[in-house]
Amino acid sequence: MIISVASGKGGTGKTLVATSLALSLLDEQKQVQLLDCDVEEPNAHIFFNSQPVYEEVVTLPVPQVEYARCQYCGKCSEVCQFRAIALLKRTLVIFPDVCHSCGGCWHLCPAGALEPVAREVGNVRISRAGSLEIVSGSLKLGTHISPPVVKAVRQKENRENIVIIDGPPGSSCPVMAAVAGTDFCILVTEPTPFGLNDLSLAVEMLQVLGVPCGVVINRDVPGNDIIDRFCQEKGLQILLRIPFQTKIARAYARGIPLVKSDPLWREKFRDLYHRVAREVQQ
Amino acid sequence: MRIAISASGETLEDSLNPRLGRCEYFVLYNDDTGETLAIENTGRFSVGAAGIATVGLLNDHGVDVLITGNVGPNAFTALQAAGIQVYTGASGKVRDVLQDYKDGKLNEAKGPNVGPHGR
Ligand code: SF4
Ligand code: SF4
Repeated sequence: MIISVASGKGGTGKTLVATSLALSLLDEQKQVQLLDCDVEEPNAHIFFNSQPVYEEVVTLPVPQVEYARCQYCGKCSEVCQFRAIALLKRTLVIFPDVCHSCGGCWHLCPAGALEPVAREVGNVRISRAGSLEIVSGSLKLGTHISPPVVKAVRQKENRENIVIIDGPPGSSCPVMAAVAGTDFCILVTEPTPFGLNDLSLAVEMLQVLGVPCGVVINRDVPGNDIIDRFCQEKGLQILLRIPFQTKIARAYARGIPLVKSDPLWREKFRDLYHRVAREVQQ
Repeated sequence: MRIAISASGETLEDSLNPRLGRCEYFVLYNDDTGETLAIENTGRFSVGAAGIATVGLLNDHGVDVLITGNVGPNAFTALQAAGIQVYTGASGKVRDVLQDYKDGKLNEAKGPNVGPHGR
């Protein structure tokens, strides 16, 4: 089963939920995998004392020109809608950081002067902490197209396991890549107008992707029903409420996951998992 | 020589728009004939890198010198490839900027002065 954890924006406690959920499931029958898909700022691993076991480089093909063959016809620069190739006077310039690797240019070059070469865009690392497997992706500095790295991380998922995906913040392409095709998405939000706004965008995105979802309210304050009202209106389940407590925030800031700083939470997160599992089975 | 100034309007009285890839027009000045001409910057609608598209347009118009506010790394590479000299950090009315250029008051850019996407 694959469960994604997402939030409309950063800093809502998405990683707190993903790490605690993964840790609370370690005595289940199944192997647990935690996938950190926040490739611009991977940080789930800091909550575990894990041993690295595997690493791979993620590359994308970008064109390289063989100047001796080029006829300076300009076909490649015309066909590239991303403007990653420019023919200026008699110089052909390729901008790898703008290239989207569509392959148009090297397929259409009449002279066979373009050839795809691998450009490093990030890496995927696997580490283990006891029976937990942590897969994290990180985007290479200076690269801004993250979905390929997210997809490379997700290639390591195994449906037979319990897979928890810590997604990137927001509701754009990288998030889509992280939650698409998952069995359920847990949306983490805060009971504020901003939290609500981001939550409603995320819910819309999940509807488009056809991924069922439920809500976890972080930093919940009794009497504040801004998220409750929205959930009722949309028919969304509130799966868990994590109260606003300095104790929780402090431990988390020191890199201690909620279920470790307070064992009572282990049960709550196990319940969360079972509620989600029931939803998925229906 | 053809000198291009990134501008927000079509005349010498309009002001310089510092954003190369996003400016509305270029005022082109031919210092051999004294003629001016405005072209629309279609590069700003590019789905891809607007700076590179914009330099392509300047190249097609046979521009030799560009005066603007900010140039990012990709646009700078493209300008070098096209053999276009670039003066950055200029501001004010197009007419005054041109005068400053003629008086040798502008500095030629040796590299990009902003990061990708004009930031
Ligand atoms: S399409 Fe091929 S031959 Fe034509 S300019 Fe591009 S690289 Fe050169
Ligand atoms: S692969 Fe596609 S995006 Fe990259 S340079 Fe070629 S045409 Fe442009």
